[in-house]
Amino acid sequence: MSELKLKDLYDGFRDPKAIKALKKLIDEESLKLPRKINVMEVCGGHTHTIMKYGLNQLMPKNIEFIHGPGCPVCVMPKERIDHAYILSLQDDVILVTLGDMIKVPGSNGSLQDARSKGADVRFVYSPLDTIKIALENPTKKIIFFAIGFETTTPMTAALLEHVTKNKIENILFHINHITVPEPMRVLLESDDCKIDAFIGPSHVSVITGSKIYEEFVKNYNKPVVVAGFEPVDVMQSILALTKQFNEQRCELEIEYSRAVSYDGNLAAQRLNDKYFTRATHFRWRGLGDIPDSALRLKDEYSYLDAEIIYKDILPNKKIDDHKLCICGDIMRGVAKPNDCKVFGTACKPSSPLGSCMVSSEGACSAYYKYGNLL
Amino acid sequence: MCLSIPSKITSIDEKNNIATVDTMGVERQASLDLIDQEVKVGDYVLIHIGFAMNKIDEEDALASLEVYREIIEKMEEDDRRQAILEDDACANRA
Ligand code: SF4
Ligand code: SF4
Repeated sequence: MSELKLKDLYDGFRDPKAIKALKKLIDEESLKLPRKINVMEVCGGHTHTIMKYGLNQLMPKNIEFIHGPGCPVCVMPKERIDHAYILSLQDDVILVTLGDMIKVPGSNGSLQDARSKGADVRFVYSPLDTIKIALENPTKKIIFFAIGFETTTPMTAALLEHVTKNKIENILFHINHITVPEPMRVLLESDDCKIDAFIGPSHVSVITGSKIYEEFVKNYNKPVVVAGFEPVDVMQSILALTKQFNEQRCELEIEYSRAVSYDGNLAAQRLNDKYFTRATHFRWRGLGDIPDSALRLKDEYSYLDAEIIYKDILPNKKIDDHKLCICGDIMRGVAKPNDCKVFGTACKPSSPLGSCMVSSEGACSAYYKYGNLL
Repeated sequence: MCLSIPSKITSIDEKNNIATVDTMGVERQASLDLIDQEVKVGDYVLIHIGFAMNKIDEEDALASLEVYREIIEKMEEDDRRQAILEDDACANRA
């Protein structure tokens, strides 16, 4: 049978016929698998696709999806949210952020709660919108609470470039940019690791290129296929991984070649290098402290660093999650949301206990929304 | 929804390095600050939180647009606009 290529599927990336055809090929390949394989999708966007289209139910018995730590909202520890909360309540501050961050509970409450106490918290669609807010509010300090993986880091760097070039004086930064390879390494080195292969993130890879996954293939002997967000992309990638196992190959492949190259977006990488350097560590929610897994502003830009400027009011203590919440185990791939005692009862999207339920990319939220489990 | 719909560049404001793009009939603006390849009117780009992240091969872009068209056509005008505007606005994906 000739190889099924994305381009041949003129019916598109969500066509049930294409998905079924791929399912058939995966089923056939799965019969030859020497043992069961656990495939981790690192990125929350993929978890979402898998649950939304029920791809987990299309898998043969010996292929299982396990969900990784790839949602910036899910992995943000409470103490960082507390920083945002405290900053937002300063008289002369407008706190600006992206995504679902605004809903995640810190130890005092979420940014939404801060807002109801009078804080000026704004949500923007693009980091560059922060400039407009700064120009309209010249007497205020605008703090951009930057979140995200390698995907959104260059967008923050682009904002930094505008701020420094145009000498905008009332924008500061609180940096929470984290990186993908370090937590992957931690997961692979943990004793209870069940991961046999990875589906590589889509957007991160557009920026970094697939080259950042080379080490997992070479040093850890885990195949990686970088996949797009469509259901056909994910199915196609599972097929490619299964074939690798059957043919006893361990390779780095790019399924999402319409957007990802080996080297990635070099202009974006250059801009990152200009403004950021490695932070010594970052405490990931659920995964603990991981050395070198985050970025901070370079020393020469410390005059823009809200964490330094406001250090006297920002606490340094570690704050753990609700005792019942097992988000950590879920992100390490050793538990599923429905293993959590309070899933769907005390913890729901309308009253989340942990951020895996808050973020629309979180595994708990995806299971709740689409998970044929309720 | 993570659609990652390819957008077509309809004009470029060179002074500010901003492109006006058309995403399935919805017009919006995106910064070209992160683009290292040369882009011109008519090229397709992938947009995320207000930035063009890269150029997409035309053939691939057209193939995916075909799928989105089906989904999007079934939506009401307002919902459609909202879906497209929100598509790349989420910072939650990796
Ligand atoms: S259901 Fe709620 S409490 Fe349980 S793991 Fe998920 S987010 Fe945490
Ligand atoms: S939250 Fe919505 S837009 Fe963001 S990645 Fe998830 S599904 Fe896509």
